[in-house]
Amino acid sequence: MNWDTLYILRQEILLTVLILIQLIGDLSEDEKRSRIIHVTLSSFLLFTLVGFLPGEPASLFGGMYVSDDLRTLLKNILSISTLIILLQSSSWLQQPSNQTKIGAFYLSLFSTLMGMYFMIAAGNFLMLYLGLELATLPLTLLAAFDKQLRRSAEAGVKLLMSSAVSSAILLFGLSLIYGVYGTFYFTELSVLNDSSYLSILALIFFISGLAFKLSLVPFHLWTADVYEGAPLSVTSYFSVVSKGAALFTLMLVLFRVFALQHATWTLALYILAISTMTVGNLFALRQKNMKRFLAFSSITQAGFMMLGFMNVGSLGMTTLVYFMLIYALSNLAIFGVLSMVSNATGKESMDDFNGFYKTNPGLSLIMLVSLFSLAGIPPVAGFFGKFFLFTAAASSGMYILVLIAVLNATISLYYYLLVVKAMFINTNDTPIPTLHTTSYEKAAFVLCLMGIAGIGFMSSLYDYIQGLM
Amino acid sequence: MNPLLLLLFIPILTMVGIVMVTDLKWVRVISAIGMSAQLLFSFLLLYWFYQERGAGNTDPMLFVSSTMWYESFNIQWKFGIDGISMAMILLTSVVTFAGIFVSWQVDNLQKEFFISLILLATGVYGFFISIDLFTMFLFYEVAVIPMYLLIGIWGTGPKEYSAMKLTLMLMGGSALLLVGMLGIYFNSAPAGGKLTFDLLEIKRVGIPLSAQLFFFPFTFIGFGVLGALFPFHTWSPDGHASAPTAVSMLHAGVLMKLGGYGAFRVAMYLMPEAAHELAWIFIILTSISVVYGAFGAIWQKDLKYINAYSSVSHCGLVLFALLMMNETATTGAILQMISHGLMTALFFALIGMIYGRTHTRMIHEMGGLMKVIPFLSVLYVIAGLASLGLPGLSGFVAEMTIFVGAFQHSDTFHRIATILAISSIVITAVYILRVVGTLLLGPLKNDHYLQLQDATWFEKVGGVTLVLAIAAIGMAPLWLSNLIREPLMAILQTLTN
Repeated sequence: MNWDTLYILRQEILLTVLILIQLIGDLSEDEKRSRIIHVTLSSFLLFTLVGFLPGEPASLFGGMYVSDDLRTLLKNILSISTLIILLQSSSWLQQPSNQTKIGAFYLSLFSTLMGMYFMIAAGNFLMLYLGLELATLPLTLLAAFDKQLRRSAEAGVKLLMSSAVSSAILLFGLSLIYGVYGTFYFTELSVLNDSSYLSILALIFFISGLAFKLSLVPFHLWTADVYEGAPLSVTSYFSVVSKGAALFTLMLVLFRVFALQHATWTLALYILAISTMTVGNLFALRQKNMKRFLAFSSITQAGFMMLGFMNVGSLGMTTLVYFMLIYALSNLAIFGVLSMVSNATGKESMDDFNGFYKTNPGLSLIMLVSLFSLAGIPPVAGFFGKFFLFTAAASSGMYILVLIAVLNATISLYYYLLVVKAMFINTNDTPIPTLHTTSYEKAAFVLCLMGIAGIGFMSSLYDYIQGLM
Repeated sequence: MNPLLLLLFIPILTMVGIVMVTDLKWVRVISAIGMSAQLLFSFLLLYWFYQERGAGNTDPMLFVSSTMWYESFNIQWKFGIDGISMAMILLTSVVTFAGIFVSWQVDNLQKEFFISLILLATGVYGFFISIDLFTMFLFYEVAVIPMYLLIGIWGTGPKEYSAMKLTLMLMGGSALLLVGMLGIYFNSAPAGGKLTFDLLEIKRVGIPLSAQLFFFPFTFIGFGVLGALFPFHTWSPDGHASAPTAVSMLHAGVLMKLGGYGAFRVAMYLMPEAAHELAWIFIILTSISVVYGAFGAIWQKDLKYINAYSSVSHCGLVLFALLMMNETATTGAILQMISHGLMTALFFALIGMIYGRTHTRMIHEMGGLMKVIPFLSVLYVIAGLASLGLPGLSGFVAEMTIFVGAFQHSDTFHRIATILAISSIVITAVYILRVVGTLLLGPLKNDHYLQLQDATWFEKVGGVTLVLAIAAIGMAPLWLSNLIREPLMAILQTLTN
């Protein structure tokens, strides 16, 4: 252990410090608890910035922990998303009913983030599994955060059960991997190739385990209920950060470790892509509750993401990371507006948004831009993200899959437009009153909008990501 | 700096200007100034274009500039125009200019209305000046999506249904187009080398025949949806009928031309062999469009529906003529795009003005309007006569050229298709004259109509601009056909070989 090691582990160490701050903060009197919000936010901002410090590729603890520029970027995407969520959740946490639970919220959130960091940084399947468990268990706490509400408690239990099942499946896959190859180290696995049925089975179990986290169809059944039951800030954490970590892990493992077996997993993901896009879309069409709606929309988007896996090269990985970044910012902007509305009025249904433009033009425009970004309408960033994903799939000659995907994208436009219709066209006798935007929320929206408006035009960002592959 | 970029910057600046001001009066004034500047600039561009050609510049595209955008995909900001796109830019400027004046009296959310309208126009300009397929596609979608809000918020009748139907069908079309485009992209360098979205570069290298046969239908139908190709035209009547006046004008006048232009410039130009192989399917479909649209118009009672179906028929004629693939017919096709763009814009403008006064669009509820609003009525008659192809107006020049061109094919299949298409002229005459007869002539059906005011100054500006343009093409079509001849010949050469 020397200074270099500490520097490589800087993000994890700082995160630990943040967790410790929460424990100390919880010692203070109840009335003064909300001060911890400002302390946490400013230290988290610092923590996010520290992630951008340059670093050398390194491998620690006998190859258990790996660090390189790509992994740092992936962690940074997660920490920026978390920063936005923290900014958006500040006013919700200041509500009297939540004041005593501020420390618990931050504590669980940072613990899961720490777990996700270890998932990404893992150089060994055991490390990956430990990270995954650390990321999952506190999430169930977060889902059940409003524990006095029946649906929130139900969400927590549901998540716990499905996580346990998915962990079991994943573990079974891992044990088969060990059985076939005799090692858990990524570097050793990446040069081994085995086409026995057992290795295929191992891969399928592994993918299924992570597909739970990514809520790919048919492993999606927990998603809508958990999204609906959890508080909004937690829901946005699920749909962006948790999903992002699962996607990045799947990506790193498949592209970097099992690249030689790509024929097997491309086929598996091809099927999952079609079922996820289609089923997610069909369910999203009929949702009235905004949280459930976004749950199914995020399932559909996860289906689109699978198209990036069809190109087994730097194009596939680049488009995946690029798309995830755009998806995160677009989704967070929508969740930001939703949580403002929900905090002020408790309304979460799509009909409640009727006439929203009349009373809140600014927020409606933010929603409009973000929804268009999710739907893939130019000139906002979502168009570029989706276009490049489709390009990745087309580069392998999978035009049928691309056709199914673009038709699904058109269908998804329908329900995104339903929200636009509610806000801009429908009228309402009791519209949502004009909402006050705190400066933290403004900062969050600025971050999101800068990304949504700018990323598409900044080809340098794409080139930068590609340079890391 | 490339002068073409001004075509994008002027509308963008106008939109920024509209955002800045709060007063309704200034919103209108800024929109009017911006679009007038755009119109003047288009003519200036035409002048520069002639000057450049006069100086002996024989490049296929003028004012070409390219900036690399996405290096790894070889996507560029590449702009340039030839005679065909120049003509389209002029059309867009004229129709947008008239559209602003016609929407002088929009009653709610004026700011948002003008911004969406100008955003739509910006997309159209971007589409016409793009040489790179990617940016072309980008601008195509930018032009389509504001339609949802424009129809949904400011429309009439079943506006939400129509807006959704239109947007989804057009976006479905662009979904097919996307597949076609990616297919073109990945086959743009069959002998190895860098893949590209650059139209000229793809043309130079050529796409393998097997890929052409697979991707031509995607691309052609993708654009064909916007060009109201049967059976993908059903968005058009509902969309046009529900849209506010200026939007119907821009949509039927300009946006539908994106379909024909794209089908020609992208699908047929890049994949000529497949176009030859598969032309027969689309000739059948477009013949149906032409006749079906015309018959559809006969049965309608709502003025806007009549015009919407007539647009299906006329735009079908554009695609029909393009598929004939000879010089005369394709010249006619481009002329028809311009002519129909102006004429239908005038129609929709007048229908909007009449509806604003009588509050009905049902022809049997009106009558004798010639006596109370003579100015508008005369304009209506002119538009009608142009539509049914009276010599001296633009419609005659276009349709005559198309049918002469189509008859140059001497085989039975083309003959039958041509005769079918020609029959639409007679049907067009029936519905146009019927409307003129009931609507404008005859006894006055409602006493309230005696109080109607004739055209206001801004309506006159909008209407007269369009009539002048229609007459200019009708009287002196030669300058226009000369403008489009060179690029047409270049494209046709590859199609006929």
